[in-house]
Amino acid sequence: MVLTWIIFGAIAILAVTSAVAMILVRSALYAVLALVGNFIAVAMLYLLLGAPFISLAQITVYAGAIMILFLFVVMMLGTQKMEFDEPLLGQRIVGGVLILAFLVGIIYFIVTQFGGQPYLPLRSQSLGGPVEVGTVLINQYYLPIFILGFLLLVATIGAVVLTRYKSPKAGLTHGQYDILTEPMEKREEE
Amino acid sequence: MLITINIPPITYFLGISALMFLVGFIGVTLRKNTIVIFMSIELMFNAANLVFVTFASYYNQVNGQLFVLFVMAVAAADAAVGLALVVSIYRSRKSIDIDHVSEMKG
Amino acid sequence: MSLTEVYNINPYFTLVPLVIIFPFLGIVISLVFGKMMKQMVVGSIASIASGLAFVVTLFLLSAELGYGQPVNVKVIDWITVGAFSASWSFRVDTLSIVMMLVVSGVGTLIHVYAIGYMYNDVRFNEDPGRYRRFFVYFNLFILAMMLLVSADNYLLLFVGWEGVGLCSYLLIGFWFEKGPDGIYNAWAGKKAFIVNRIGDFGILIALFLIFGAFGTFQFDTIFSNAPQISQGMALAITMFLLLGVTGKSAQLPLYVWLPDAMAGPTPVSALIHAATMVTAGVYLVVRSSALYAVSPIASGFVAWIGALSAIFAATIAIGQFDIKRVLAYSTISQIGYMIAAAGIGAASAAIFHLIAHAFFKALLFLAAGSVIQAVERGEEKAGHGGEELDPQDMRNMGGLWNRIPLTFWVYLIGALALSGIAPLAGFFSKDEIITNAYTTNPGIFALLVAGEFLTAFYAFRQIFMVFFGKSRTKAAENVSESKPVMTIPLIVLAFCAFVGGAINFPTVGSLTSWLEKTVSHILEAPFNGFSTGLALGLAVLGVIVAWAVYGRRSLGAPDTPDPISRTLGPVFVGMNRKWWVDEFYDLIIVRPYNFMAQLFFGEWIDREVIDGAANNIGGTTRFFSGLMSKLESGYFRTYAMAMLLGGVIILVYFVFR
Repeated sequence: MVLTWIIFGAIAILAVTSAVAMILVRSALYAVLALVGNFIAVAMLYLLLGAPFISLAQITVYAGAIMILFLFVVMMLGTQKMEFDEPLLGQRIVGGVLILAFLVGIIYFIVTQFGGQPYLPLRSQSLGGPVEVGTVLINQYYLPIFILGFLLLVATIGAVVLTRYKSPKAGLTHGQYDILTEPMEKREEE
Repeated sequence: MLITINIPPITYFLGISALMFLVGFIGVTLRKNTIVIFMSIELMFNAANLVFVTFASYYNQVNGQLFVLFVMAVAAADAAVGLALVVSIYRSRKSIDIDHVSEMKG
Repeated sequence: MSLTEVYNINPYFTLVPLVIIFPFLGIVISLVFGKMMKQMVVGSIASIASGLAFVVTLFLLSAELGYGQPVNVKVIDWITVGAFSASWSFRVDTLSIVMMLVVSGVGTLIHVYAIGYMYNDVRFNEDPGRYRRFFVYFNLFILAMMLLVSADNYLLLFVGWEGVGLCSYLLIGFWFEKGPDGIYNAWAGKKAFIVNRIGDFGILIALFLIFGAFGTFQFDTIFSNAPQISQGMALAITMFLLLGVTGKSAQLPLYVWLPDAMAGPTPVSALIHAATMVTAGVYLVVRSSALYAVSPIASGFVAWIGALSAIFAATIAIGQFDIKRVLAYSTISQIGYMIAAAGIGAASAAIFHLIAHAFFKALLFLAAGSVIQAVERGEEKAGHGGEELDPQDMRNMGGLWNRIPLTFWVYLIGALALSGIAPLAGFFSKDEIITNAYTTNPGIFALLVAGEFLTAFYAFRQIFMVFFGKSRTKAAENVSESKPVMTIPLIVLAFCAFVGGAINFPTVGSLTSWLEKTVSHILEAPFNGFSTGLALGLAVLGVIVAWAVYGRRSLGAPDTPDPISRTLGPVFVGMNRKWWVDEFYDLIIVRPYNFMAQLFFGEWIDREVIDGAANNIGGTTRFFSGLMSKLESGYFRTYAMAMLLGGVIILVYFVFR
């Protein structure tokens, strides 16, 4: 019992800390690494909740693929050392108030609606194991999977199209990129 | 030997999820780097996924976990296209500051 | 009854829809083929259509003589709403047959005359293409007037009422771009229409009240139930009907349109404003005599308005110099006689005078048209002397009697009939009215008898001014007679004016007994030597006085003042200026109305209020959209903050629900 609480506490602290770290660090590279940590922590929470398949899927897809993509882009675009934020007019105050209100509200909501819940048993593998998940997926959610395939196909094609490179035409000194082809007038870097 | 292990009540899981969501939203609102903003969006997705799984465990059904699968796929697609856009914008403006793409003013 | 039922009574009754269909065919043929046909053909078709309507009416007359009862011939259902239904049906009874005979008979003669008159007129006004339009309108008028007199319910009568008003407007403004100031004719037409509209307003109110009181518009039902409605309702209905009658028949106070209506061609004045349309009011009063019998106050009003109009118009006629204006005011005066007769209950006297007046007034107008065209011809032959000559001004005439003898003789017959000299038709009809007035109401009798004197005076003033003395202008010296197509209807009408007294000879009373089959309580006073002698004596006195003033010495040049103006002085000025009634109406009605329409409603309300509201709504929307667009800052983070705000609001709502 106590062991459960210790494990849970550790994982929870890890998750929240890495999330906060992500938004606080200056370098985008460190932010990526923090987020990866967050994902792993959440994956462990999934395990605790009896969802082994989802947990490993999370690590594989999120931490393993999406974050690698983010990492590539960060590397490519150069990690610029930017300020933490340059707030717009009164944004800090308004933002602070709203966030506080949101926090208070949601904690209150959770506590009142879901307070006093019993301890749930650890779900066995029969709930979230690959076999069960796969069965339900094919039996009930066949169509969404299908559509999801299309969605991913479209996303792939879109990503390719958006970043295509056109060879230079007559009269142009260099080639153009497909979207936002005309360079806007340069703005001053702050 | 069969030991029934109990996990903490779902209240705490939901609290963690709320905090993660809030942190993600703070990141979206207050940071200037476009890539960090995207990552904060992914963080928010993650928080929502946690809620789904929590309730799947609560009701002892597997449907919540399946939804997480869909959310993950959609988030992946979204991240891909969004990053492609970021790359494209960078190529023409040489900047990934989100305040530099405010032509839709007024 | 349906057509098949009346067929069984007498087959001739089924011909009754033809009185409408023949003029309608005339219109259609003229409209469709008119451009291709020669002018004589167009005019002949119109006259034949009108003539065929007359022939059909003769058939109906023979049928009704045999049958004796009123017949309602239903042609088609017109309106059926709930419990209310009105149908298009014809009423063939003695009164309507008399009216139909007058309208179609005199109408046909005037059509024939107009063939010749308009032939010259379009050439004089340099627009031959307008010939066809004239006859289309003319046939349309016959159609509408037939509809009016043959209707068997008030609603259909009102349709005909409006139709003749429309045709009057169209025909008065026939030369719409000509006339003094270039717009006078159109303005005269507009004035006629608008003043008529005021009368129509009265008729409409009366129709509403009739429907409210009786629940139907059918004559039979209304007249048989007439004694049962309340006095107040009967008074209201009859007074509003009277308003319409004064509008259409040009009595006080709505007579002002008729003198200006002389701007139309002369056949129009003859047909519409002498013989038929203006008598529609008399027809309405006689037809509604059952209603007027219930309300003696209204009948009294009717009689007094008629008598006052008679005197008032006669005084104005004395001071006019335009040959057609004299006849216009004479028309108002004579219709005053008819209305007065109808008001005191002598319906057969009113209808008798209507018939006789149709004869001699149409004769007078047509002969006046002949005179006018003769003067125009004379002016052309004499060469235009540089100044524009008004062919209608009597001061430009004179000495015509031996130059256009035929016109002179028929005009003389007409004037004698108008003055009420025995044994022409006018004498008998007027005498009947005056005798009835003598036994009923001495005040009205006095007015009517005084009117006899004035009538004879202005009629013979006109005769002496136009035909006797020396010719006062070159044009008058060179006049020539009109063509037979114009003179033959004149001769026919003169003949009718001569022998028309036989229709209702004092003791025989054939018209009275004929009409009594339809109209109840016809007042019929016995022959009275005193009143008859007084009227005849005053008429002869008027002729003598006119001769003394105008005939003894020939008048001077056209611009010398009228001989009687020295004697009467300011009274003559008043007569000449129509007693300033038009100016009075203009001051108290027309100007405030124009002010209201143009300034108040036009500028203030229309421009400021309505346009202002529309513009301000647009302006406000633009203002707010301008405000809203400031929210679009273009910065992503602001949008995210806005989303957070929305989220917080929803959260708060759910938490505290």
